[in-house]
Parts: sequence; C-alpha cells; structure tokens
Amino acid sequence: MENKMKKVDLIFDQVDHLAILDKSLQRTQDEIILDVIESGLRGRGGAGFPTGLKWKFAKNEEADQKYVICNADEGEPGTFKDREILTQVPDKVLAGMALCGYCIGATEGYIYLRAEYNFLLPMLHKAIDKFHKELKKRDFDFSIRICSGSGAYVCGEETALMESMEGKRGEPRNKPPFPTSSGYLGKPTSVNNVETLVFALMIAQEGPTQFKEMGTFDSRGSKVFSVSGDTPTPGIFELELGMTLEQFVNEFGDGDTKAVQVGGASGFCVARKDFKNTLIGFEGIPTGGSMMLFNSSRSMYNILNDYLEFMEEESCGQCTPCRVGCQQLVKGIEAVKKGVKPPAYLEELQKLSDTMRIASKCGLGQSVPNPFNSIIQNFREEIIY
Amino acid sequence: MTRIEELVKEQADKHGRQRTSLMPILQAVVGSEHYLSEDALVAIARELDLSSADVFGTATFYTFLDTVPRGKYVIRVCKTITCHMKGKDEVIGALEDMLKVKLGGTTTDGKFSLLQANCLGWCHKGPVMLVNDEVYPEISAEKAVEIIGGYLKKG
Ligand SMILES: Cc1cc2nc3c(=O)[nH]c(=O)nc-3n(C[C@H](O)[C@H](O)[C@H](O)COP(=O)(O)O)c2cc1C
Ligand code: SF4
Ligand code: FES
Repeated sequence: MENKMKKVDLIFDQVDHLAILDKSLQRTQDEIILDVIESGLRGRGGAGFPTGLKWKFAKNEEADQKYVICNADEGEPGTFKDREILTQVPDKVLAGMALCGYCIGATEGYIYLRAEYNFLLPMLHKAIDKFHKELKKRDFDFSIRICSGSGAYVCGEETALMESMEGKRGEPRNKPPFPTSSGYLGKPTSVNNVETLVFALMIAQEGPTQFKEMGTFDSRGSKVFSVSGDTPTPGIFELELGMTLEQFVNEFGDGDTKAVQVGGASGFCVARKDFKNTLIGFEGIPTGGSMMLFNSSRSMYNILNDYLEFMEEESCGQCTPCRVGCQQLVKGIEAVKKGVKPPAYLEELQKLSDTMRIASKCGLGQSVPNPFNSIIQNFREEIIY
Repeated sequence: MTRIEELVKEQADKHGRQRTSLMPILQAVVGSEHYLSEDALVAIARELDLSSADVFGTATFYTFLDTVPRGKYVIRVCKTITCHMKGKDEVIGALEDMLKVKLGGTTTDGKFSLLQANCLGWCHKGPVMLVNDEVYPEISAEKAVEIIGGYLKKG
C-alpha cells in the first residue's frame, strides 16, 4: 500500500515574522480574513471551528475593546506540541496574535499559559518585550500579556479560561453567547490555539492555496502531532492531514500496536481491526494532536481507569451529569472487574455515559463517552476479566 | 501590619486591585509562602475588597494553589497514562523511601512535599516531574533520587 504520509514544515520553519506582519498590515482586514477562510484552516485546539469565520464574527462586533487570547493551556493528556511551538518559534505565535488583533480590531492580547509551563516565562517575557519594541517602531497598537493558569485542565475550555483570567473559579459558561460576541470581561474575544495562530500567520504569508491543497476536504493542511506511548519514535511531528490510522501505525508503531487513543483522554480508542478504515481528521476521528499508542502488553482496563480518574479529578463539578457521572463510571468499571456487578452492568454504564454526552454543560463532560464507549466496545473482555 | 498583610499589599501594588489581579496575587503568595493560609486569604480579600468566600472559592478551585502547608520544594510527579506506563510508580516509591514521606505528605523539616499531578505535557519523555517550576523529563527512580539529592544539598 502506498504510504502517503507527508512530513511538513510550516510550523517550525524559522521565518521573518515581522516581514509577514508588515506585508499583512498593507492589506485590508477583510482580505486577510478571506484568505484564512479560503484556506480551510480549522482550530487546532480540538473543537475545530473554522478560524477565518471566528475572526470574521469577532471583527463584525461593535465594541470599544476586543481581545485576542492565545490558548496555551495544553492539558489534554498526550498533547505537548504547543509547548514545543512556544519554545521553538515564540515570535511566530506573537506575530499570529498581532495578526488576529489587526483583523478583528483588538489592541490587547493575552497568552493563557498553564502553570506546568511556568519555566517558559522568562523566555516568553523577553520575546514579548522585543516584539513590543518592533510594534512600536511600526506605530502598531497591540500589546501582549501573559496570564498563568494554576493547574486545572478545564481552564483550557475557552469560557472557563476567561473566567480564570477574570480571577474566578474556572467553571465553563453557558454558550451562547459565544466569546466572539461576549468573551473576556464581556467583550468580543477571539480565543485561538497556539498552533492555529501560527498557521494563520503562515497562510497570510503564503496565501491560502498551498495550505488548501494539502489534506482532505474537511481537514485541510497539516497538523502537529504529539506521539507517545509504545512507539520507538515518540515526539512531535507535523504531518499532512488525511492519513489513515494504518499509515500512522506503520510509521510510528512498534510492530505490536493493539490500539491507538486518538485525541487524548477526551478522544477515541481505535482497535487494530479498524486502523485501515479510520481517517485521522474531522471526517474521521479528530485530534488536538494527541496520539497514544498501546501494544499488546498493556491492560486496557488500566488505561480506561486512568482516563476516567483524570476526568473525575478535572471535572469542575458545576453540573451533575459530569460530576457524578465521572465518579460512577470509575466505581462502575471497578465493580465489574471485581465481579461485584455482572458484565451486563457495562451496558448500564454506557447509558450513563450517553446521558453525560447530552446533559453535560461543557466539552469535558460531553466527551467522557468517547473513551468510555470506544474502549468498552473494543475491549470488553479486558474490562470484565 | 503582619508579615502576610505586608506581602499581600506589596503584591497588590504590583498587580493591581481589580478582580483580574486575584490570580496573580494568589500565585505570588503561593510562590513565596508555599501555600495560602487562612490569614493570607482574608488579607487578600480585604486588600481587593472582595468577600473572603469569593477568594476562598477561587483559591480552592486550582490544584496548584495549595491551601494546606507545603514544603519549600514541591515535587509533582506526573501520574497520567504514558508516565504511568513508563514507570512513575517506581519514581514515587524511590522518592518516598528517600524522603521518608508518603505520597501527598511533607517532610518534617518542611523542605519537600511529594505530590502527583496530571499530565505535565512531556508524555514523549516520561516519566517526568516538576520541582516547583523546574521540569525534569526522562527520569528514572535513580535519576529522581539524584535530582532531589541536589535540592537537599542546596538547602
Ligand atoms: C475540557 C476542555 C479542555 C480544552 N483544552 C484546550 C487546550 O488546552 N488548548 C486549546 O487550544 N483548546 C482547548 N480546548 C478547546 C477550547 O475550548 C477552544 O475551542 C480552543 O481554544 C479554540 O481555539 P482553536 O479554534 O484555535 O482550536 C478545550 C476544550 C475543552 C472542552
Ligand atoms: S461538563 Fe464537567 S467540566 Fe464541564 S461544566 Fe459540567 S461539571 Fe464542569
Ligand atoms: S502523561 Fe505524563 S507528561 Fe503527559
């Protein structure tokens, strides 16, 4: 079989970020936004909303102040690419934020950086100072500040993130209103993932065609993957979208891959029999980058248990389906494992997880059924015996 | 003014007295005191003109904003899936033996707290631990003991 996995170098390529910004400032906001829409770029933080549309919505709002937020909370287990992007090409991230600011009419930007990455602060502050001086030379009114998280996965959810920035508990808000109309401090806000901002900058540089020609209809361009688990080559790789899991496993597997968890603790577990028919992308299984490989020496019970404990601990506790649901799923699989409950109890638990999908307030609770149902369905025996 | 009140005032002068200043102030107090005491939370509430319940609510939400006393060096070993697979239990066991403290505890001299944390963002280089803000990827039981030995000497 042809292995069409292509390595790409848009994100980590060192470019003259200021030249791209200068060129962009000569164009109108609408021209740039149209390019980003035309490229097909969708958010790289997980939800996959079209980035150009998000910028357009934020631009069309009338407000005395608007904000750009770079989401660097990166808490999804198995994801570590945003840290690497911030380390290798911080200037491109800052320029991407300024570009977004220019397009939507915001003069203030914030990086929400998870506490676990505090060691990056001195380097980032230096880069920001330098960047501010360059903007000043250009008479371009935009400034960037960093807000630090304090160890809460749910604060990666954009509305919880803004609550946290406002000095509150990181509890997700109801949507609508969406951040583009009422975000940080109630003002129109564009929240973008670190990687998304760099892609937008590269699209402003190269035009939409190159990006659009890569990938598939629903998943254009390339994506930075974080590869971990049972693999001889763990690490960070930018790959063209559109590959199947089989191609992925051929490249990264250790020859004995029994399952791949696509999209982290909130993603899906795909078993070997389905590698061939599973596309990695929005028309198949989307991922914010997290790809964890498991070989046949691993207990899927332990893996599921780890995911559920993660969700139980990180649930903000605001809504009952998620708060209680996570606890009950953890207890439930343990009861089945110990024989306290019969195997058929797993179906009851699946009903509970389906309810969580419908009734939970934010993406955390809504996505617990992804790992739960996919692991139960694919590895039922391992959960029971 | 107590020492804590002075610290809070100093941080409020630096970060401001708006609601948006709350997180940076809480973080700064944890940074220098290693935890948020009741006195500190009340002082912050007063300084920012917020209710103590509000400040307490925010503080207790966040894992890294400790509200129980912690050591000068807080060790957080990643316990999430790939680090679990790559041997975080051995790392924790070795550190428990070395520091004579159980997971979740603080050494009697107040120097080290040994905790677990969720995914630290280094899954390709697990197991990994944080000591305060410093990160140590690709550790083993032996390596972890060696690193913490360095902190022991540092005082
Ligand atoms: C529980 C939860 C955690 C999330 N964590 C992150 C994160 O760490 N980084 C991120 O960029 N997006 C995260 N998101 C998605 C954000 O809510 C938001 O969709 C994203 O930051 C938008 O940027 P994008 O369009 O560029 O992807 C999370 C969502 C949920 C529900
Ligand atoms: S789904 Fe979970 S994390 Fe989201 S708001 Fe409800 S309790 Fe909080
Ligand atoms: S699982 Fe330990 S760093 Fe991600």
